Amino acid sequence: MSDYRIQEHPILAIPGEAVVPFTWKGETLKARPGETIASALFANGVRIFGHHHKDGSPQGIFCANGQCAQCSVVANGLSVKSCMVRVAEGMAVEPLDGKAALLEADGDLRFHDVETVETECLILGGGPAGLAAAIELGKAGVNVVLVDDKAALGGKLVLQTHKFFGSIEACHAGTRGLDIGKKLEAEVRSYPSVRIWTETTALAVFSDRKVGVLRDNHYVLVRPQMLLVATGAREKSLVFKGNTLPGVYGAGAFQTLVNRDLVRPSERLFVVGGGNVGLIGAYHALQAGIQVVGLCEALEECGGYKVHRDKLARMGVPIHTRHTIVSANGTEEVESVTIAKLDPSWKVIPGTEKTFRCDTLLVAVGLDPVDEFLKKAREFGLPVVAAGDAEEIAEASAAIFTGKIRGTEIARTLGRDVGEVPPEWLRTAEVLKARPGAVITEEIPADETGVFPIFHCSQEIPCNPCTSICPKGAIKIEGDDILGLPTFDESACIACEQCVAICPGLAITLVDFRKKDAEGLLVSIPYEFPKAKIQEGDMVTVLDTLGAVLGHVPVVKVRAPKFADHALLVKVKAPSEIAKRIAGIQVQEPWVSAAMEENVERIGDDDVVCRCERVTAGQIRGLIREGVRDLNHLKALTRAGMGACGGKTCPTLIARIFREEGVPLAQVTPLTQRPVFMEVPLGAFAGVVTGEGPTKDAVPTAVGALVGGV
Amino acid sequence: MASSVYDVVVVGAGSVGMPTAMELAGKGLKVLCLDQFASAGQGSNKAAIGGVRATHSSPAKIRLCLDSLKTFSTWKETRGFDIEWRQGGYMFVAYRPEEEKTLKELLVVQKKAGLNIDWYAKDDLLKLAPGLDANGLLGGTFSPEDGSASPMLSSAAFHRRAVELGVECRFNERVTAIMRRKGAVVGVRTDKGGYATSCVVNAAGAWARSLAHLGGQDVPVNPDCHEAGITEPARRFLEPMVVDIRRTPGAANYYFYQAHSGQVIFCVTPDPPLIGTDRRETSEFLPLIARRMVGLMPKLANLKVRRTWRGLYPMTPDGSPVVGKSAALRGYVDAVGMCGQGYMLGPGVGALVARMVTETTTEDDAAILHELRPEREFAGTEKLK
Repeated sequence: MSDYRIQEHPILAIPGEAVVPFTWKGETLKARPGETIASALFANGVRIFGHHHKDGSPQGIFCANGQCAQCSVVANGLSVKSCMVRVAEGMAVEPLDGKAALLEADGDLRFHDVETVETECLILGGGPAGLAAAIELGKAGVNVVLVDDKAALGGKLVLQTHKFFGSIEACHAGTRGLDIGKKLEAEVRSYPSVRIWTETTALAVFSDRKVGVLRDNHYVLVRPQMLLVATGAREKSLVFKGNTLPGVYGAGAFQTLVNRDLVRPSERLFVVGGGNVGLIGAYHALQAGIQVVGLCEALEECGGYKVHRDKLARMGVPIHTRHTIVSANGTEEVESVTIAKLDPSWKVIPGTEKTFRCDTLLVAVGLDPVDEFLKKAREFGLPVVAAGDAEEIAEASAAIFTGKIRGTEIARTLGRDVGEVPPEWLRTAEVLKARPGAVITEEIPADETGVFPIFHCSQEIPCNPCTSICPKGAIKIEGDDILGLPTFDESACIACEQCVAICPGLAITLVDFRKKDAEGLLVSIPYEFPKAKIQEGDMVTVLDTLGAVLGHVPVVKVRAPKFADHALLVKVKAPSEIAKRIAGIQVQEPWVSAAMEENVERIGDDDVVCRCERVTAGQIRGLIREGVRDLNHLKALTRAGMGACGGKTCPTLIARIFREEGVPLAQVTPLTQRPVFMEVPLGAFAGVVTGEGPTKDAVPTAVGALVGGV
Repeated sequence: MASSVYDVVVVGAGSVGMPTAMELAGKGLKVLCLDQFASAGQGSNKAAIGGVRATHSSPAKIRLCLDSLKTFSTWKETRGFDIEWRQGGYMFVAYRPEEEKTLKELLVVQKKAGLNIDWYAKDDLLKLAPGLDANGLLGGTFSPEDGSASPMLSSAAFHRRAVELGVECRFNERVTAIMRRKGAVVGVRTDKGGYATSCVVNAAGAWARSLAHLGGQDVPVNPDCHEAGITEPARRFLEPMVVDIRRTPGAANYYFYQAHSGQVIFCVTPDPPLIGTDRRETSEFLPLIARRMVGLMPKLANLKVRRTWRGLYPMTPDGSPVVGKSAALRGYVDAVGMCGQGYMLGPGVGALVARMVTETTTEDDAAILHELRPEREFAGTEKLK
């Protein structure tokens, strides 16, 4: 089988060789040490992980985040979520075709009692918000248990290879997300009162105010005085024909495969959704050497930051606004996608369909808070607060800051002398959460002398690293918040290029008129692609802010200064008519994004709402028209929401269908939430002793002591 | 204020109320079914685990459940709606002489009632339930004609059939008064309106007692709470419902089976009972039940739990239902106190109530109604709860 691993990346270090043997359908494959089964399979070109027990539909990755169960495989006889379980040497992995056979018990079982751990504060989630809170709690000496379901801390920061927006002081802006994660983790680990449990999944908050967690396959109860829910978000889904074909998955799932595990899961992909997640996901794909065929967005304009949108357009990716996804096409996996234009009432305009050949469709249509534990804790009177996306969907920079605020508040509630939360923190948190402002027409300065930066930044967003980095202090944002656009004192520039390097939007260039000659002048452009892609002497296509081609110009110099942190600074020589308008270098040729000559129309009713139980939009719509208004009744009739994911994905999709059918959601009774959050073997709850046992302090007891000699 | 007139108003669209309304409409009566929840079966029906057996120790329950079994087992053929009936049988296991003695004593009563049930020796039991812990197993009873179906699908099926037969169902509507005149029911009032009727059937399950009070009546129904759970589906490995009646700290007994979907559904009877209507999840249930199930059938250790919940058992002092007309209030009928067996009793009770209301009861019915009469003494307890 071919190797689908990334061997070259502009930002990320390439991890070690794949040396761990395992088998897939009896054939020996290799995984990198510590790699998940899902990533190892993708790296070996396997994208179909099994077939659904109801209709035999092919199954593959969807969330890559342990939230759904679509990636289930059978590993050493047990059905497991392949995105959460790491490959062990010699592991026999088989597709999950239909229902799994129950594995016989392994010899005589021994049991231990379930341990209850007391702590002052339990933090669910070791992402930006959880880590930032743990730092404040650690500083105050509060006894903390921080749990995270992944092997490494950092949450989604681990996937963020781009430099962060926000401000340097508040949230390390200008630093790459993954490096911010490492900084936060290092600080948390320096506080002895914070206990960190990785590979630990929260399962339920109970009415006796204990929180059940699965720690390294052992069930543990935690009794906290306070709970901080920093569980982040899950990706929303979308209903369209072919929406569960292997190859259709979340942008976050894609980033996990590419940026965490350095797997190249796709050759050609298409993105639906123009929010920051979709825009950044597409950019990360280009960085990993994957062709991005296009991006469609139903609104008039992308909802994400304009600098992200522009950056993508400049790389050569067409952005189809007012377009929607009609279908993902293919039999066993995605072979193409069909999109179409929307009319003012959000209906597809017949005849506007276009089909693009691709093997992957990323769904990036927004996030929902993971707030089940928050709601249960509130219901049961366990003191609880939330931070980050679990509280309110916003940027990771905001999550870091709200985590810091919540951590301080909890320390104060627990009686630590940490003072009040400063009012300016609250204001900063609001600024960081600010939605992008209106687009302002870009102003190109008239000056044609000396050297100075140009800001291709025409939308108010919370971001100011350029103002902090300028050694002359010559870049300013008007007013006292960081939402405004930068201005520059033109006499001060020393051509250090640090502002070009730090801008998270890659939206600053430097024009140097000092040595202008007949061929033109030097323009410095930031470039985040592998060095091998660009050499001095190459002719490159340069584009303006929005992605329009300006011309072809020679590369004069490529350098990778340390302060640019893996980005390259490329100097091109450009005629003065275009020099100031140059904002980027095209990396993808236009032919990549051409539509197919003939459209593909997907026939059949496979627009799936509940992917666990294979319930289609047509079934749901029919029952709504029959008068069903209770999601529990819908569930009884169709099993929608009764599947392995625990109803995490379909309720929002069903709500949308109710709205489409003209039924106000106030008339609809929601599903009842019940434990457990994640499927866990009975053996874990029973306290079956496996391997070396659970935790050091738990005492194994012989079988029969508590079960009456069974 | 009464806007409509009905022959019968059934209060409760659950395990008992829904089939009752359906059966009444089948007799040609104009029926209204009211429920405080948003759709059929949203009280305790959806918390039921789906077991259906006739192997009780009370003659009335045996007869009613035999009737129910007929309904459940033939529903798919007669109505074309799959309620996932499966005839897997019930198995009560004995690992200690005291359970062996209890089960063998019951067997005499059950055989006398004509039930298909027998004592199976250890090896025969192990063939019926492979993977059961053989160590110390003495044997057990097995009744092959018992089985299971999906409570949620059954509710939906009975609701659909009831509507076809002309039953009017009103959900999210709570009864606030049973109106009486001269010792007889004349109507019900709700938080949304009023309905004239000369007959009210109390099928309010765990909420039966407060409904009775609205009619100036009382019925000794007090709910307690049981916890249950369901696993992921697995390929078929188990046919019967397995019941272990050994009392251990925290649990009077527990039972589990592999449903039609391949999922294992399990339930524990807490000891001491959790009196009241608190249905919030506790941290004690899963370790307790998991330890016992895995002890009894070790391979269950590898099966993943998907969801747990608590449901209410409307208990009576003697463990038997209360079914019958009120002596004190004409037109008021109790179909309550199912003690956690409303799902399996429901179709049988519904048909009985329909015959009672239309005064077409048989001799057999009279014996059942005598045993379950509201005005009885409530002494003694049922052995196989």
